[in-house]
Amino acid sequence: MEKILMKGNEALAEGAIIAGCKAFFGYPITPSSEIAEYMARKFPKIDGVFVQAESELAAINMVYGGAATGHRVMTASSGPGISLKQEGISFIAEAELPCLIVNVSRGGPGLGGIQPAQSDYFQATRGGGHGDYRLIVLAPSGVQEMMDFAIEGFDLADRYRTPVMIMAEGTLGQMMEPIIVREPVIQFYDKPWATNGCQGREPNIVNTLHLSADYLEERNHHLQKKYDAIASREKRAESYLTEDADLVVVAFGLMARIAKKAVMEARKSGIKVGLIRPITLWPFPDAEISKAAQTTKRFLSVEISMGQMIEDIRLAVAGRVPVDFFGRIGITPNPEEVFRAIMQVAEREGI
Amino acid sequence: METQILFAGFGGQGVLSMGQFLTYAAMEAGKNVSWVPSYGAEMRGGTANCLVTIADEEISSPITENPVTAVIMNGPSLDKFESKVMPNGILVLNSSMVDRKPHRQDLQVLELPVNQIAEEINNPRGANMILLGAYLQKTGVVEIEKVLEYFEKIFKGKKPSIIENNKEAFMTGVEYARQKW
Repeated sequence: MEKILMKGNEALAEGAIIAGCKAFFGYPITPSSEIAEYMARKFPKIDGVFVQAESELAAINMVYGGAATGHRVMTASSGPGISLKQEGISFIAEAELPCLIVNVSRGGPGLGGIQPAQSDYFQATRGGGHGDYRLIVLAPSGVQEMMDFAIEGFDLADRYRTPVMIMAEGTLGQMMEPIIVREPVIQFYDKPWATNGCQGREPNIVNTLHLSADYLEERNHHLQKKYDAIASREKRAESYLTEDADLVVVAFGLMARIAKKAVMEARKSGIKVGLIRPITLWPFPDAEISKAAQTTKRFLSVEISMGQMIEDIRLAVAGRVPVDFFGRIGITPNPEEVFRAIMQVAEREGI
Repeated sequence: METQILFAGFGGQGVLSMGQFLTYAAMEAGKNVSWVPSYGAEMRGGTANCLVTIADEEISSPITENPVTAVIMNGPSLDKFESKVMPNGILVLNSSMVDRKPHRQDLQVLELPVNQIAEEINNPRGANMILLGAYLQKTGVVEIEKVLEYFEKIFKGKKPSIIENNKEAFMTGVEYARQKW
């Protein structure tokens, strides 16, 4: 099959269109802007809606409204913009509206910088907004997955009536790789809850205000049940050479591919090292980590942050073996320095 | 077999598009490829660079600390990247814009005065393609004949005169390498 060369951000945008996305609401920010630009070019030609909103707050609330109509809608931003969107995301989660939210992430806190980072992991996986909610969070590791996860993300969102986030390092949005363009999605979910005209039926209401304590608790139990179902079915990870590994590196996104090269090099030096790549950041693939914890001597979390995913690894490991950390921010660690980090741990611990 | 090539220079020297052209050409030739640009503030006036990976196998990391080859379009890029090139690697230098010799002795240094040549053929915007032509002629990373076949496809949507100008510049570089390298 013929491959075409695409930027990660463009592949993601095209993937969303392939998935039947009909509207994009956003506000530009580096390094995510190519997604908005792509939609601005494409949507007018395919009867879609593109709105550059006056702010991120406006954009996420347009997503809220658009999703309520039952159409596939999305937004994309980067750290500072995603922070501004948190209130809306909390509302969307409680209203159980499917949509896609993309964070092509850069380093914070504050305005931070525009260089790639993974330091929005807490924000993505813990729920940056208020209340007991979760987002399904997918972390692609290449340009093909930028497209594929956009398609998959919309499917998961509709299947579970829940907002889905794709979190990708800035580099992944900016880099180019050849990809196979997928076939358009033609089967869609029924959305009897959508506010799309109520002639001949009772009106559907989208509301997140529940002043009755009993009903509020009921709503929370309902959401929790859904999150439990997602957690039991949708955890995804890839393992590489973990069976005999004395040291297991854990990394996600593009970082996982960089770490994989370091793992291959360390193997050549005789170190028994493996790699686990979480594909879903929430639900976190704890079973995969827990299984490796039975046989490995140590873990090493490699992140483009000061150490966030390491907390989920530690929860999964539950104190059985130590978990080390290597991370940078403002710069994507290259395979050579990850290799050195592996060798340092291996030497120190006699692995 | 995996090759990683860094292209570096001023913003506006066509550094990113040069890397992109090579990425396209190598993809058309059936290789696995990736193209990683520096982005943002660096592109807005300062130095620009991109890293191209060309491989027979699946590419794990599209990023490296030590590229095998560095294509250097200006002085500051030489200062920044000379030390990064892999031992016994290749340094391709635009001697029109680099006013010193490399310090390292282990590198194969290929020099050509790209801007001067571009002016001589009255094609000042073709400097990056001259350098790319010379580089490919010397290294064979992608065969010249194949690259020539891909021009139309890679420059799809561009005016025929622009494609011709780029081709001419590219072949000027090829000729330079045939005669002098």
